Amino acid sequence: MTSYRMAAIGEADSIIGFLALGVEIHPVTSTGEAASVLNKLVDPEEKYGIIFITETVAEEIMDRITALGERAFPTVLLIPSNQGGKGYAFERIRKIVERAVGADILMGKEGRQQ
Amino acid sequence: MNLQVNPTRMELLRLKKRLRVAVRGHKLLKDKLDELMKNFLELVEENRRLRTEVEEGLTRAFRGFAMARAVLSWSYLETALGAHRERRGVTAKPVRRMNMEIPHFLLDEEEPNIYPYGLAETTGDLDEAVRRLHAVFKPLVQLAEVEKTVELMAGEIERTRRRVNALEHVLIPQLEEQARYITMKLEENERGNLVRLMKVKEIVGHG
Repeated sequence: MTSYRMAAIGEADSIIGFLALGVEIHPVTSTGEAASVLNKLVDPEEKYGIIFITETVAEEIMDRITALGERAFPTVLLIPSNQGGKGYAFERIRKIVERAVGADILMGKEGRQQ
Repeated sequence: MNLQVNPTRMELLRLKKRLRVAVRGHKLLKDKLDELMKNFLELVEENRRLRTEVEEGLTRAFRGFAMARAVLSWSYLETALGAHRERRGVTAKPVRRMNMEIPHFLLDEEEPNIYPYGLAETTGDLDEAVRRLHAVFKPLVQLAEVEKTVELMAGEIERTRRRVNALEHVLIPQLEEQARYITMKLEENERGNLVRLMKVKEIVGHG
């Protein structure tokens, strides 16, 4: 049982609301900035449990986020920006599932819904 | 295939023992893989459900904040939302499941008043947005947990499958091949010995 902090990374207008939830916000304006903030936050010393990051700034640093997937902490979670979801998060899970199962099992389901 | 083994009975016994262990390990790992897969598919389904719910909720809440932003300045909003708010943390307990360490998140106690600002100076849009965001927070944290589990489990499935395949397609056939080689070599020696004995008997008989 350990206590962890939470943080949100993204464009200021998207993540401002997280303040009301008691989550730290780290507004960034570019992907480069997002990458450096993320690098700082994933340090185990910082004790972040969950890091929310908006899809728009996460797009370019997806590899880095995927690499973090192997560790239990912190958990990096993609959230939609205020422009609405772009589906990167779904896409990411689809890829993970495809790699593990060896087949695309999600597409079929989503295809039927459309 | 590597056949560099001593064709002796000792070696044959040793190989057969190794083969038994390998077959048993293969069966166990295969069972583990099946179980992992079953859990995994359920989790993926749950992840999809939660993700849809969360994205919908967040998008709607964000729209509200955008409306508030249109009327209120950034610094004002920042103070209103964050000023008197204590940082809320999550407590995480690692749970061991199928040989993996999986985080289980529990949100810290919530403050009873979800609106951190005075109601007089802010708009109804903002209240609505804050309320929506609060409603989606729990599923959001749950989603974080589920998604992480899916990710960790995917890695474990991949590793387990690689092991199962290595046993099934490399180690077990190799051991079988070596055992067969030794059996045949021993039989051949036996035949050689028999012929030699017959020859000796013939020579002795003539003399």
